[in-house]
Amino acid sequence: MDLLYNIFVDPFVQMAGTPDFFLQVLWEGFVTGTLYSLIALGFVLIFKASGVFNFAQGIMVVFAALSLVGFHALGVPAYLALFLALAVMAALAWTVERVILRKLVNQPEIILFMATIGLSYFLIGLGEFIFGGEPKPMITEELGLPTGSTVVDVAGGIVILQHIDIAAALIAAVLVLGLAIFFSKTRIGRALRAVADDHQAALSVGISLNQIWAIVWFAAGIVALATGIMWGARSDVSFALQIVALKALPVLILGGFTSVPGAIIGGLIIGFGEKIFEVYWGGLLGGGVEGWFAYVLALIFLLFRPQGLFGEKIIERV
Amino acid sequence: MFYREAGQFKTSYKADQAVFPILQDRLAIAAFLAIAFIVIPYFGNDFFINSMMIPFLIFSLAAIGLNILTGYTGQISLGTGAFMGVGAYACYKMTSIFPDVNIIILIIGSGFFSAIVGMIFGLPSLRIKGFYLVVTTLAAQFFLEWCFITIGWLYNYNDSGAIEVPQREMFGIIITGASASPVTRYLVVLSIVVVMTWVASNIIRGRIGRAWMMIRDMDIAAELMGVRPLQAKISAFAVSSFYAGVAGAMMVFLWLGAAEVESFDVNHSFLILFMVVLGGLGSLLGSFMGAAFITLLPIILGAIPGILGVDINAATLEHVKFMIIGALIIFFLIMEPHGLARLWAIGKQKLRVWPFPY
Repeated sequence: MDLLYNIFVDPFVQMAGTPDFFLQVLWEGFVTGTLYSLIALGFVLIFKASGVFNFAQGIMVVFAALSLVGFHALGVPAYLALFLALAVMAALAWTVERVILRKLVNQPEIILFMATIGLSYFLIGLGEFIFGGEPKPMITEELGLPTGSTVVDVAGGIVILQHIDIAAALIAAVLVLGLAIFFSKTRIGRALRAVADDHQAALSVGISLNQIWAIVWFAAGIVALATGIMWGARSDVSFALQIVALKALPVLILGGFTSVPGAIIGGLIIGFGEKIFEVYWGGLLGGGVEGWFAYVLALIFLLFRPQGLFGEKIIERV
Repeated sequence: MFYREAGQFKTSYKADQAVFPILQDRLAIAAFLAIAFIVIPYFGNDFFINSMMIPFLIFSLAAIGLNILTGYTGQISLGTGAFMGVGAYACYKMTSIFPDVNIIILIIGSGFFSAIVGMIFGLPSLRIKGFYLVVTTLAAQFFLEWCFITIGWLYNYNDSGAIEVPQREMFGIIITGASASPVTRYLVVLSIVVVMTWVASNIIRGRIGRAWMMIRDMDIAAELMGVRPLQAKISAFAVSSFYAGVAGAMMVFLWLGAAEVESFDVNHSFLILFMVVLGGLGSLLGSFMGAAFITLLPIILGAIPGILGVDINAATLEHVKFMIIGALIIFFLIMEPHGLARLWAIGKQKLRVWPFPY
């Protein structure tokens, strides 16, 4: 009985008893969820346009953030460093397209997937070789990002909102909005959607696949840089981020591999769920459940809806 | 010319169904086994046996396990590291519960535990496939890692959280523990790997293996032709995890001597997937070639600066190794997406028609 009480009653009693703490947990979940969404967004962009499951997105986040910090450490002004980091991501996108994707056209998915794992190994080595393996602080203030915090009185208690978290949420919203407009209103965006729909048909109407791939990898690079800045501002820029980035996978499962809104909502669900579960139920299991909660949630979810929340229904023909 | 099977007539069904129907193959295998069992223990030094041959063999077995799942049944898995961990922890628990049972039996027996765990995490494969399945196997990976840390019972509540191998002997020879000689451990590992490879090749040739390959090639068509997806997929998960579990138990008991949860992390799952893909999906020989490539490459790369007389500090070397491994993986995928085993197939054809070009 005690166990049942601890599982089904006690957590809710705690939530109702200290609503300010519950709101704080929700806010933490929201912020983590935003960051998961941003990583997942990078995956979705590339998957939509090239059908490549880009495993290197996590290391791209680290790499982008590291080059930003690295340029700044060389004495380059912060905003110029931002542009240089973008240039690095553009160069990376171009190289990946030239060296890997172009050579592996028409290969089975698993080969492309393995190639991106190879790419992430290469980038880990290169990143550590150039910047060193130790964690680095993000240049938050130099970029003009807010660092303070606001204390809100709510429900008889207080909730602390870090300004950087608010900024992260806003930037994520702007990025998503921008990408949505880019996808639906511009010429290149339409070409991207055409490629995502059918490679051969897109080729036959004169869309250059190679060009599109380079663009879409660059777009993923921009998202990676934004993610890297935000994540780096919360905790230092380090290679450990690469494992955290794997959490984008369950996010994608929840949201469906090809849906941008799905990535956002999936990220938020995982973020909220993970924090609430860790705080209110984690203690029963001995703590540290954040590491697997997202995956197990995705696993259970998949059993009931194999195509994700927003994915297209899978129809198979023999 | 050198590899010509013409003139080797089979006069009975038994001869036709042999594992190696061609004389040259039989000779080559016999030669390899002779080298592995006699020449290497006799001439190899401790470094060569302990740091190269033993890990190579153990990872080969793990790669065979993953190849059964990914190469033959078409289910991608990133949970191999954790399944190896299940085998290792199961074996450790059994040595402390049954101290008198022969260690070899325990190592093999620990495979059954990881097989059961593998079957449980294989259940979602009935409904989902491809990258969605990758996520469920990642769930297995992270959940099991967490279990290895959180459940103190698994490591007998010791303070370090690590499992340490007790000393065990068989026929008066020390097999496991710190004082076991590398040659003994090598011979034990080799024997287990040879026997289990032989078993795997027979499973794959038989009814079960054919069912796996049908599921891989087109699962709906296979179902229509009478293959039961439940049995085929779950048995593939079971056999695959069994191999991974035995490999994990051997890794701790016959190679490392002690292990923590880091020995079974997601990076190991990646490494084994590399071995399978680089070696060749759906090829036992490829599993060995891939394992050799991935385990020996870092050692060789690490030795190069010493040979050239260049002094590079250890950290830089480590980073350069990562870069080279990553680049080589991409290079091999571009040059030969079917893996190293395909190179051997091409070589065989060349030998067959030599000295003519075709």
